[in-house]
Amino acid sequence: MYKKTIDRTLLMDRSINGRISFEVPISDVPNQKLPEEKHLRSQLPLPELSQLEIIRYFSTLSQLNFSIDTNFYPLGSCTMKYNPKINDELASLNGFQNLHPLQPPKTAQGAIKILKFLQEYLGEISGLPGVSLAPLAGAQGEYSGLLIAKKYHERNGDFSRNIAIIPDSAHGTNPASAAMAGFNVVTVKSDSSGNIDVKDLKNLATDKIAVLMLTIPSTLGLFEPNILEITDTIHETGGLIYADGANLNALLGLVKFGDLGVDICHSNLHKTFSTPHGGGGPGAGPVMVTKQLAKYLPSPVASENKGTFELFTPEDSLGKISGFHGSFGVAIRAYAYIRSLGLQGLRSVSENAIINANYIQSELKEHYDLFSERHCMHETVLSAKKQKGNGVSGLDIAKRLLDYGIHAPTMYFPLIVEEALMIEPTETESKETLDEFIKVMKQIDKEVSEDPELLKSSPHFLPVTRLDEAKAARQPYLRWQPNNH
Amino acid sequence: MLKTIGVRSFNDLLSDIPEQRLYPDISLANPLSESELFNNLVTLSKENIGPEDYSYFLGAGAYRHYIPSTVKTIASRGEFLTAYTPYQPEAAQGTLQVGFEFQSMICQLTGMDLTNAGMYDGPTAFAEACLMASRITKKNTIGLLPSTDPRIVAVLQSYIKNKNLKILTIRSKEDYKQKDLACIGVQYPDFFGSISDVKSISDICKSIDALSVVHVNPISLGLLKPPGELGADIVTAEGQPLGIPMSFGGPYVGLFSCSKKYMRQMPGRIIGQTTDTNGNVAYTLTLQTREQHIRRERATSNICTSTQLMALMVSVYLATLGPEGMKRTATLCYQKAHYAADRINNLKGFEVEKQLNFFNEFIIKCPTDPDHINDALLTNKIIGGLNLHPMVENGMLVCCTELNTKENIDSFVTSLEKATIG
Repeated sequence: MYKKTIDRTLLMDRSINGRISFEVPISDVPNQKLPEEKHLRSQLPLPELSQLEIIRYFSTLSQLNFSIDTNFYPLGSCTMKYNPKINDELASLNGFQNLHPLQPPKTAQGAIKILKFLQEYLGEISGLPGVSLAPLAGAQGEYSGLLIAKKYHERNGDFSRNIAIIPDSAHGTNPASAAMAGFNVVTVKSDSSGNIDVKDLKNLATDKIAVLMLTIPSTLGLFEPNILEITDTIHETGGLIYADGANLNALLGLVKFGDLGVDICHSNLHKTFSTPHGGGGPGAGPVMVTKQLAKYLPSPVASENKGTFELFTPEDSLGKISGFHGSFGVAIRAYAYIRSLGLQGLRSVSENAIINANYIQSELKEHYDLFSERHCMHETVLSAKKQKGNGVSGLDIAKRLLDYGIHAPTMYFPLIVEEALMIEPTETESKETLDEFIKVMKQIDKEVSEDPELLKSSPHFLPVTRLDEAKAARQPYLRWQPNNH
Repeated sequence: MLKTIGVRSFNDLLSDIPEQRLYPDISLANPLSESELFNNLVTLSKENIGPEDYSYFLGAGAYRHYIPSTVKTIASRGEFLTAYTPYQPEAAQGTLQVGFEFQSMICQLTGMDLTNAGMYDGPTAFAEACLMASRITKKNTIGLLPSTDPRIVAVLQSYIKNKNLKILTIRSKEDYKQKDLACIGVQYPDFFGSISDVKSISDICKSIDALSVVHVNPISLGLLKPPGELGADIVTAEGQPLGIPMSFGGPYVGLFSCSKKYMRQMPGRIIGQTTDTNGNVAYTLTLQTREQHIRRERATSNICTSTQLMALMVSVYLATLGPEGMKRTATLCYQKAHYAADRINNLKGFEVEKQLNFFNEFIIKCPTDPDHINDALLTNKIIGGLNLHPMVENGMLVCCTELNTKENIDSFVTSLEKATIG
């Protein structure tokens, strides 16, 4: 990353009348009568550029990004691990990429097989054997899981269970998905060491509880030591346990959700299973459930019948959650990832992710406050409380990190930690990279006392300095318009 | 590293996990080296039948179009592919500026004021639009025309579950008088290919304080009047036809545009232009107070993905084709489909449904079960249309795109004829 003057002119302002970059073939069929004039558009304002101009424009823009391929990206809870290139190549094979979702299943056996095998692997890893790959993102996996919980209670004649209990440390999609599914959200507090306050939970546990949503390990990067007591407490009231699998990268092959009393979970293939984040999607959020709940899974589910693979709708399915069969292109990559690692490989993924996070935590705890002194799992939550005393916020530290070519941690989340900096190094980073990061974090801490202004005005070496976010929200300018100079 | 951490063994780091649950039995296939993995997937890919060898007349929500080399080249750049959601705008100006271009070009294509940064896919974008219409009008009935894709209806049903909303299929003028109509959803062209009368439906909506939600095939807008000029309030689309491979159904991107006055009710990410402290133009995610990470259970939606990589592909596609390329591609789709329909209509036993104003899909009534016909077509290396039976008796939904050559179409027609004789 280096600072230079970059031409940020938008495509429409670069457009030259009549310039083209792509030849459409001449029609080879007899001319057909077009629709009536009233149905036709009179103009289509799109950019007119040469192919070179287009390639250069987008390539130059790409260089303004941080990415895993170019930078260390310790963004907590996002699991920014290396995305093996072979998986992209495999997903682009003609026999996958060009398949129509509705072509006869007998012409797509290889594709359905992959879906079936991936379902099996995810069932094994989570200990929850009922799997649907239909959800297109983590939030959709959550929503599907909650609809399953709802349906389960309704089928039991239990129509009054309308409460979803969610810890105060949860990701925002948990309460948003619960609200979409028609639940009332009740928050359970975390105690001072980051665990769920079991006493508080027991007070909340009534026969109105439909589901408890837990992120395992929590967004604080901690494993809940009372997990079995918690899941038992909810089960005793007749409620179900939902595990948000956003942090599954800590647990591969080490422990199964199903063995902890979890009934429903989702996993983010774009996190744990290394599929590229694409700058904000595509993702995939398969939902996994106990055998008992499998009949409610979203459609479709892949299955095998005497050597023939097919897609079917479970008998009491909640219905469709996405247009076709989920993110097949993402599923191929996750399948390839699991196949390349096997069980031992997956175990060492989580072991190394945990070691890397603890290593950073140990090296930085003298310099930054820790939310918890406990060993963390795959991520550690630091607090810039001490630095705040010098007038430097977590945000300033995050922005200064960018100057050193390192992506910022997740900031101000979880909400219960003051000036939170959530750091997830992942298993794919070398010790050398971690040491460099640690060195930079110590250097920044030094800068806090020596030159706080340097941090408050950072970043200094990026294509832009800090943005006027208030202006963006107050005077929304959300599309190109002619003559805006 | 363990020494630095201050533990003797790795297991000391797992002391919070119930010991008897640690290291469970898990049965997975043995690991493969890269070359073995490659062979494994190539073998699986060959168990599928793809368009290199077969010609396709199947559409119904996913379409085979040519994807220019520019799209693949740009989308495979690691700087775009392996970045995350642009929470740190200073380190994501590439992704953000592309997103702004995407929002701009989709507005231009649909003729609408505003577009968000992208949704999961077409059906979920449509479902979110219906939820948004209900929030705005504070009414609870979603009106749908009978010509709506059943998959879209099914996804909508999952989205409105537990929300006190209901779907009304509009079959007569009487149904429009329903006081509780939050919106009327119309596909343009509709599921059966017809160029629907969006203008009349939008006018009706305005007269009953409902919103019109228009779900488009974006390729058709190279030729057809944009819904923004026909009075649409919200426009959604499956973005796949614009440069995204069919990939057995995903990942795709949902397009979502609306009129300016509904800006704060929009779901999803939105990118805005602003300036940095030096006064230079810069882009950032904005209007985030609608979203789940701030509003939690009161957010406009739980969505937090914008399927950015697919939005990038759409942006490069539209920039590459430009106005002329889009118009000519859409016109080719139209021409080929009408040529095919004409020829099939002259076949004995087949009848093209009387709807002259279709775009690139149309219904044919077959003399026998369309599944049988499709089986016969397969032996001639043709993937036939979607079987619509029993929705339409012995009906087949046939689709042509610019990639169906005249030779393909002629052989399709001949094979249809043979399929019924044989």
